[in-house]
Amino acid sequence: MATQAAAKPAKANILQAINAAIADAMEADDNVVVLGEDVADPEEGGVCGVTKGLSSRFGDARVRSTPISEQAIIGAAIGASLVGFKPVAEIMLMNFTTVAMDMIVNHAAKLRFMSGGQTHVPIVIRTMTGTGFASGGQHCDYLEAWFAHTAGIKVVAPSSPRDAYGLMRSAIDDPDPVMFIENLPTYWAPAEAPEKGHRVPIGKANVLSEGSDVTIVAYARMIQEALPAVAQLAEAGISAELIDLRTIAPWDRETVLASVAKTGRAMIVHEAVTPFGVGAEIGSVLNEELFGKLKAPVKRLGGAFCPVPFSKPLETAFAPQTADIVAAAQALMGR
Amino acid sequence: MTNRAVPDAATQLEIYRRMALIKANDERSRKVIMTGRLVMPYYSPRGQEVIPSAISVNLTDDDYICTIYRGSHDQLAKGLPLKDLWAEVAGRTSGTCKGKGGPMHVTYPTKGIMVTTGIVGSTMPIANGLAWGSQLRGDGRVTVANFGDGAANIGAFHESLNLASVWKLPVIFVCQNNEWGEHTAYDKTSNVPVAARAAAYGIPGERVDGNDPFAMYAAAHEAIARARAGEGPTLIEAMTYRFHGHVFGDQDAYMDKGRKAQALADDPVPRFRARLIADGVAGEDQLAAMEADIEAQIDEAVEFALAGDFPGIEELKRDVFAEELN
Ligand SMILES: Cc1ncc(C[n+]2csc(CCOP(=O)(O)OP(=O)(O)O)c2C)c(N)n1
Repeated sequence: MATQAAAKPAKANILQAINAAIADAMEADDNVVVLGEDVADPEEGGVCGVTKGLSSRFGDARVRSTPISEQAIIGAAIGASLVGFKPVAEIMLMNFTTVAMDMIVNHAAKLRFMSGGQTHVPIVIRTMTGTGFASGGQHCDYLEAWFAHTAGIKVVAPSSPRDAYGLMRSAIDDPDPVMFIENLPTYWAPAEAPEKGHRVPIGKANVLSEGSDVTIVAYARMIQEALPAVAQLAEAGISAELIDLRTIAPWDRETVLASVAKTGRAMIVHEAVTPFGVGAEIGSVLNEELFGKLKAPVKRLGGAFCPVPFSKPLETAFAPQTADIVAAAQALMGR
Repeated sequence: MTNRAVPDAATQLEIYRRMALIKANDERSRKVIMTGRLVMPYYSPRGQEVIPSAISVNLTDDDYICTIYRGSHDQLAKGLPLKDLWAEVAGRTSGTCKGKGGPMHVTYPTKGIMVTTGIVGSTMPIANGLAWGSQLRGDGRVTVANFGDGAANIGAFHESLNLASVWKLPVIFVCQNNEWGEHTAYDKTSNVPVAARAAAYGIPGERVDGNDPFAMYAAAHEAIARARAGEGPTLIEAMTYRFHGHVFGDQDAYMDKGRKAQALADDPVPRFRARLIADGVAGEDQLAAMEADIEAQIDEAVEFALAGDFPGIEELKRDVFAEELN
């Protein structure tokens, strides 16, 4: 800040943080390899440039652009991982994971179990999604619940550059397949830069603000909507605890349950459609574990149950916004 | 083609041993299920013995294979111990996968058996990754992806051949064309030979008599040599015939009786056996002793398997992730 005499803290955006995390992991371990459509430098390091520079630095044997063949991409990642590599595979947008579901759900997720632990699939599947960039129904779905519902896959969704770096390093270290969901509209905002080697453990949530009246559980871009909501609620005399889940599967039950046990009120906010979503799962566990301690029914706040619309006002209205979070918290407080 | 690789006498005998093992194991599997000693989905590879036997004599334990639910022939040919196989299909902890994979998901990395899948067409994308690993390491290993003719019509086949071609991967795609995809004949599902599709990806493709050990050996030998030399993938369409219905219990009403009778009369196992004797490669006594030994090994494996323990309930949560999660 301008008033501070000390040197400005280093800044980075999420895109740079992920790039740095993969580069640092590749530098530390020759078995880390990257593949996906356009990921190498002649192809510009991916549509958003997340992997820019990696092929020039580490060679095009380890950083490979692929044909538009999602099954082949994930299959190659799985096969290489079975023999000791740690592939970071990019599926350009989350909707395109649908084309590779067999590889992800039937193979990546299950080979450890079905082989009785003889083989395992330490791959990272990087993918991007998120509403707000006017791409309509087939390019911005949040499908995390599909993967979280599949035993054998971990799912993470960072909301800041530090977490993006730390979670990517942990995901690459992880012996199991990790779905790494990046939110495209949040890529470019600078924030505190991660330091080299920083790790965010998979499965640990982050309490972004402490409060006593209501717990807000959110992740990815919804953190950006929730942060101003917390401030507005404070002005209205409501003390909200904001938890950034960071990891969706496995989610941090301990942190969330402790918080809701304290506040007695909870809402879960996600960009994915509400029915059968992550909110339903967390809400159900809160009911099972905290029945009798809850002061109000657990609230789910998610996207409208429709394909993501193109038209700007509809697209904006699709996902929960700050005002929705404020209103829901007030309703939970009986106001 | 002229000057093709020919297996020497010892190799011929080894091919036959693997064929006899597969045939005997298939017959025993059917018997054990029939008599109710074991319940499992069973996809007989009877009739397809030559293909993996003639391929695998060109492979080492370090080379990789991926195979499908109908894959016990591929696994046995690649060296999967009988006891481990039987214990796995019996769902016992002593099985390759602690009984958690079952007949459709046998894995045994010790002999390079990396993936057995129940999903049609899914061996090829993963085989590419295994081959990519070998390419990155320069370890000279090759990977064989086995699949059926039905699988040649799934998208993953095309994606995989294309990727293997552009990346020049050391992988051999082996389509075991037994003329059937479940109950549907191959000629009702495609107008072109599978091998012809290799041209679309700029790789060598060959349709070979998969019931002829010499033809199969030569095709595999050349494809494997090409792969090891860094010259990229090959597609082999091995023509064969499935002797039984798709899955155990299938009454095979859809299969043409005449065609089937002809295939059974051409049974490749006794045919090769007779040839070995006629060519003086082996004597009747020698082969009979080999077959008796195989039967004894199977006896032992079946009893070993059925005497084994079932996995404890704690195995439900084990191996889902590296660390057990609640
Ligand atoms: C993706 C997929 N679709 C359908 C099935 C059901 N199915 C199992 S085996 C089979 C036939 C496959 O035939 P082919 O590939 O020729 O192999 P074969 O059984 O003849 O060895 C089918 C349709 C499946 N397992 N996977």
